[in-house]
Amino acid sequence: MLAAVAGRKRAHVKVSVSINGADYEQDVEPRLLLAHFIREVAGLTGTNIGCDTTSCGACTVLVEGESVKSCTMLAVQADGMTITTIEGLATDGKLHPIQEAFRDHHALQCGFCTPGMVMALVSFLAEHPDPTEREVREGLEGNLCRCTGYHNIVVAALAAARSSDLAGVGLMGGSA
Amino acid sequence: MIPASFDYVRVDTAEQAIAALTERGDDAKLLAGGHSLLPLMKLRLATPALLVDVGRLRELSYVRDAGDHVAVGALTRHCELEKDLVALEHVPLLAHVAAQVGDPQVRHRGTIGGSVAHGDPASDLPATVLALGGTLVLRGPEGERTVAAADFHHGFLETALAPDEMLVEVRVPKMNGARWSFQKFNRRAQDWAIVGVVALHNGTTAVSLVNMGSVPIRATAVEEAVARGDGATVAAEQADVGTEPSSDVNASSEYRRHLARVLVRRALEEVGV
Repeated sequence: MLAAVAGRKRAHVKVSVSINGADYEQDVEPRLLLAHFIREVAGLTGTNIGCDTTSCGACTVLVEGESVKSCTMLAVQADGMTITTIEGLATDGKLHPIQEAFRDHHALQCGFCTPGMVMALVSFLAEHPDPTEREVREGLEGNLCRCTGYHNIVVAALAAARSSDLAGVGLMGGSA
Repeated sequence: MIPASFDYVRVDTAEQAIAALTERGDDAKLLAGGHSLLPLMKLRLATPALLVDVGRLRELSYVRDAGDHVAVGALTRHCELEKDLVALEHVPLLAHVAAQVGDPQVRHRGTIGGSVAHGDPASDLPATVLALGGTLVLRGPEGERTVAAADFHHGFLETALAPDEMLVEVRVPKMNGARWSFQKFNRRAQDWAIVGVVALHNGTTAVSLVNMGSVPIRATAVEEAVARGDGATVAAEQADVGTEPSSDVNASSEYRRHLARVLVRRALEEVGV
């Protein structure tokens, strides 16, 4: 039976999603992960794949405004949904306040975890507009920085939370 | 890592899900948030031929005050349960534990029904439902039946669910002000518990253990010791009685037994035993 299963041609499924305001539609294998859809179908390679085991958070994107690890979601599960990736945060050439805070506070070293960190924080700060340092650290427990650069990431997150700009742009850049 | 290929169907009602399960039996798996199933599939430890996506059955996402108990719909996500006002008032332990699962991204996708039905003894919520004396509502082609949490877990990733049944609701008795404690020991913030302990105290004492065997279990020897009048330190010595903890990369079996005794003592002290 296993051989029969392995040898069978599986039906593709149509996936339509909005990523950063643009519509993408593609027939895909059901097993295609959302991370691969974003990178390979939409060509948006700002979303990194790190551990591929739901641990590191480098692949974090927003699905309907909430942070999700895109290596642990099928593209078909996102059908019809709105997705925001790191490329979708800046508007009219102006960085999102969290991106700005990362730059101001040198909240990155090698930069690999940065897109996931920023996306996790966009979601976290929408849910916790006035967090304590401890809440920021717990809110980032799903994101690993192999450079161990957490100190400045937390500093940047707290600065972004205090920034009046954040309230101005809302959840997802200028579009929200 | 890429899962083995499978067929996919998204359903709009629980009835459609059960019909798909009835047709495909053991070949099919229900997909809710996918945060237990998809990692297993990526590792090729699970290779279902059909995924039945129940992730959009919003009518099964609720937390309701049902008189003597709280009813939680199977599709309720951890991020919803942890903030739910009914849960916080009547079953604060359940809301607290939901907030300790994984990390925020995981809690945005994972569901209580998925966690309980998956049957992983290292998960926090199954042991919590067990300590609370919860009941699970299973729906199949013939209708619904209820199974006590104590009778639900049969072995590692094995439960009372028949191949054509779906867990639709988790019922937990109201805590009525009972004192409670949740102790979770892990090395990294987002990890599963190496060992976890859930304790409730309101006249009688209930204690359950996470990751101390192939299923979540009650620490009955501890409960009996407390009922006899033993204090926390003495009763906690019984924490690993009847358990069969595994050895793995995180901890040896003997270390897990040690952790269980320490964490049960802390939990009993916190609930005032």
